[in-house]
Amino acid sequence: MGHVIHGTALVEGIASGPLLVSDTPLSFWGGYNQFTGEVTDRRHPLSGKIATGCMLAIPASRGSSTTTAVLLEAVRRGTAPAALITNQVDTFLVLASVVADELYQKPIPVLALDTEAFKLLNSGQHAALDQSGKLTVMEL
Amino acid sequence: MNLTLSDQADLHGEQGKARQMAMRILVRILPVFGVQKFLDITAAHIDSSLFQGDATLEYAERLSGWGARVVVPTTLNVSGVDEHGWKRWAVPADWAEKARKQMVAYQSMGCEPTWTCAPYQESERPVFGQQVAWGESSAVVFVNSVLGARTARYPDLLDICAAITGRAPAAGLHLEENRRGQLLYQLRGMPPTLLEDDSFYGVLGHLIGMDAGTFVPVIEGLDIVPSEDNLKALGAAMASAGAVALYHIVGVTPEALDKDTVFCGRLPLRSATITMDMLRAVRKELTTTDGDQLDMIALGSPHFSLNEFASLSKLVEGKCKHERVEFLITASRVVRTLADKAGYLETIRRFGGTVTVDTCILTSPMLPDSIDVLMTNSAKYAYYAPGLLGTRVVYGSLEDCVQSAMLGRIEIDSTRWDT
Repeated sequence: MGHVIHGTALVEGIASGPLLVSDTPLSFWGGYNQFTGEVTDRRHPLSGKIATGCMLAIPASRGSSTTTAVLLEAVRRGTAPAALITNQVDTFLVLASVVADELYQKPIPVLALDTEAFKLLNSGQHAALDQSGKLTVMEL
Repeated sequence: MNLTLSDQADLHGEQGKARQMAMRILVRILPVFGVQKFLDITAAHIDSSLFQGDATLEYAERLSGWGARVVVPTTLNVSGVDEHGWKRWAVPADWAEKARKQMVAYQSMGCEPTWTCAPYQESERPVFGQQVAWGESSAVVFVNSVLGARTARYPDLLDICAAITGRAPAAGLHLEENRRGQLLYQLRGMPPTLLEDDSFYGVLGHLIGMDAGTFVPVIEGLDIVPSEDNLKALGAAMASAGAVALYHIVGVTPEALDKDTVFCGRLPLRSATITMDMLRAVRKELTTTDGDQLDMIALGSPHFSLNEFASLSKLVEGKCKHERVEFLITASRVVRTLADKAGYLETIRRFGGTVTVDTCILTSPMLPDSIDVLMTNSAKYAYYAPGLLGTRVVYGSLEDCVQSAMLGRIEIDSTRWDT
């Protein structure tokens, strides 16, 4: 039935979907198209991938402070990832989720994993997150 | 959570709904900063002014509609449109209208309509040790590193909450103990002529930013006192390639009198030597095309300073750009006015250059589709243009940009890099 990973739910919520994983941080501004959900940072390993509805696992965001605004707009348009999984506590991603909750009552679950647990994730696997921060990962 | 009576009053809505929402967002995010309390801030710079779609406008109008007022002197970052000059470009009218509405919303909260990513080039600057809440990654790194004021890297949407409540998480770079150096980068064998080349600082910043991530880098062995424009370029590159919010240069920046002071007598977490080969490799990475086609020169990210206008004016005096190439400078209204009064603008106009204010090519959809290859001396423009604009990009010095604009094709003098 796959393996179970426990993390810290920085924003609680339930989500599931295909995992999209990279060990490279991502700036959503200039790196994520809020109209299409595509990763558009052409220097990023996930460049060209559509993250809408995915469990997006990146170590953290980086770069621009507008990452939050892009992610909020993606939530409004329905092009955001289903959940965000990081291996650092990332205030930008949590803030975007908190404001998405305030404005649209649509927070994105944000889960922080330690480095060992983060390394267990691979693109192509399927993952399901529950309210307590338990992530169940299944091979496809 | 350790909230003051005043924080609690805000949270309970005693100061109105806008301040209540701002405090609620701050309280919800506080644990993620790993602390229990807030501190007072005495100035703010707001990046939330940037229009990114209906969501950012709805957020601004929710706050302004509830009568939000900033409680500290607050400057505004770029907006999504050059309010009075957008029609010359490809900006869709509905984008312009919404971006303008967002400008109105933030002004109505009592923010100064500075519309610049480099407010330190014109407004009253924060002083050493001052607690502030700044957004805009390139401005954050400048205010922390060059001025020695203290701010975390506040994201859009949160910076305005701090300005409305006057409060920010008592965490990160607000605290002395988190400001010491963490990583050491030693420069070896840099040719002195290269240190005077403006393109050196973007390359160095890009290299360190990619490696340092969120850590505090310290640069040692820079045998020159760089200009403020160089420091601006260095920090902006670090902040876009990584998430650097504070850097030190031994013997140059105010918290780095010497190596011992900057590391508080401790050892760096990691040390690296930066060689010319490493810099040359990064310089190559900033350029994404190898042809000589050129459609546009874009300067001014962060916004062009008066000194940069002076240098450019000197370089282009009596010359003319090629008719096929657009030559654009992005700057603030105030600096454009100063450049006009100083006579620089007239010289640049005769050369064929134009100035856009309030925004930049990355934050306003102003470029026509015909722009395929863009050249710049800004590592930040070079970093973001391929992803945000879908253009190819060439990175060079200010002189390279002027030369290429005149010839109508890419022409780069690499002599300083090859020695």
